[in-house]
Amino acid sequence: MQTYTLSVSPDFSPEHLSGWFIFNTWLQKSLATPFHLELYDEFELQRRDIQLDKIDLIYANPYDAAMLVREKGFQAVARPASTSDEAVIAVLNSSACLSVDDLKEGVRVATTHDPDVHMMGMIMLEPADLDRSNVIVTPVHSYVIVAKHLLNGQADIGFFLKDAFHDLSDLIRSQMRVLVESQIDVIHHTLLAGPNVQHLIPQLLDNLLQMQDDIKGKAVLESMQMTGWLKMEQEDTEFMIDLIDTLIE
Amino acid sequence: MFITYHDGSSREITVIDQEVPYPDGKLIVSRTDTTGVITHANQAFIEMSGYSLDELIGINHNILRHPDMPAAAFKDLWVTIQSGKKWNGYVKNLRKDGAFYWVKATVIPNIRNGELMGYTSVRRKPSRSKVDACTALYAQMKMDVPS
Repeated sequence: MQTYTLSVSPDFSPEHLSGWFIFNTWLQKSLATPFHLELYDEFELQRRDIQLDKIDLIYANPYDAAMLVREKGFQAVARPASTSDEAVIAVLNSSACLSVDDLKEGVRVATTHDPDVHMMGMIMLEPADLDRSNVIVTPVHSYVIVAKHLLNGQADIGFFLKDAFHDLSDLIRSQMRVLVESQIDVIHHTLLAGPNVQHLIPQLLDNLLQMQDDIKGKAVLESMQMTGWLKMEQEDTEFMIDLIDTLIE
Repeated sequence: MFITYHDGSSREITVIDQEVPYPDGKLIVSRTDTTGVITHANQAFIEMSGYSLDELIGINHNILRHPDMPAAAFKDLWVTIQSGKKWNGYVKNLRKDGAFYWVKATVIPNIRNGELMGYTSVRRKPSRSKVDACTALYAQMKMDVPS
């Protein structure tokens, strides 16, 4: 029997990722189909494998979801219930900045390669007349490293996925404060099925929607810090892609 | 000025010179059909416009049009999006209570299976320098071509 590949956007902390191993076990049992969970430390490596058609099922960030649907023929299956992707701009507690308006040209930004969080972070700088032409951006590989850049004085502000910011250790997070937080509400990660596994979508969707009503399924959801799944209609996907398009300069 | 709702009723709005600051981090999202009639509005839209969801759905987006906005700005918007392109601009919007708020607006056509189904508009917080520049520009445009 063919083994398919499941992957997850590399923007989650190790605590979240352990839940995806549990989900993969549940997935294989529920579909009676072998899946291999392939995790990536870097967005670039995952995108390379997407281009090589090595990934069949993926929990993608909204920015990559647009590319997967339009360019690679993926179909959105479901999204997590009662959650959305939000970004946080954080500074050190000792920073003199109290709002975005206090930031000046030349501000040093630590960010990850997470495209939607970076995009949301840059949008939140616009009210201070800041854009990529007048800020110094340092992309790093994880949100922990973004925090380290702040703590070491290598950056003035840091862009975080809100969930990732709150996943930082108390010791690290207590040295920072939130300057501004997005309240977009309508952008979220999505589970997408590639062309090779589209025949599995009806059963997969049924199983996902029933997870919260089943004791074992509920435990899997809790390990992923989720409460359930919502079906993604085609129009839901198109709407989110349109939204992302409005935000890309 | 008079505003007419989708049920045919109308009310007069007294325009007042009071700006409501755009909140940090929020996005106003709405969708319209191809004629500009609102089909979707998010919570931020409801809060900033002062209208309820029931009042917004079914009414033309031009309910937000502030008398200080030059007609040429909206003409440019429609010419751009009807040609299938994305439009960006700074807009002074009229609230239900007669006050105003400035936005940086982006509008894109919603194409489904090659067919235009409507438009999505996203508004975000503009910088004060851009607002000041547009205030002067739009006043000049209104003087040059009174609407």
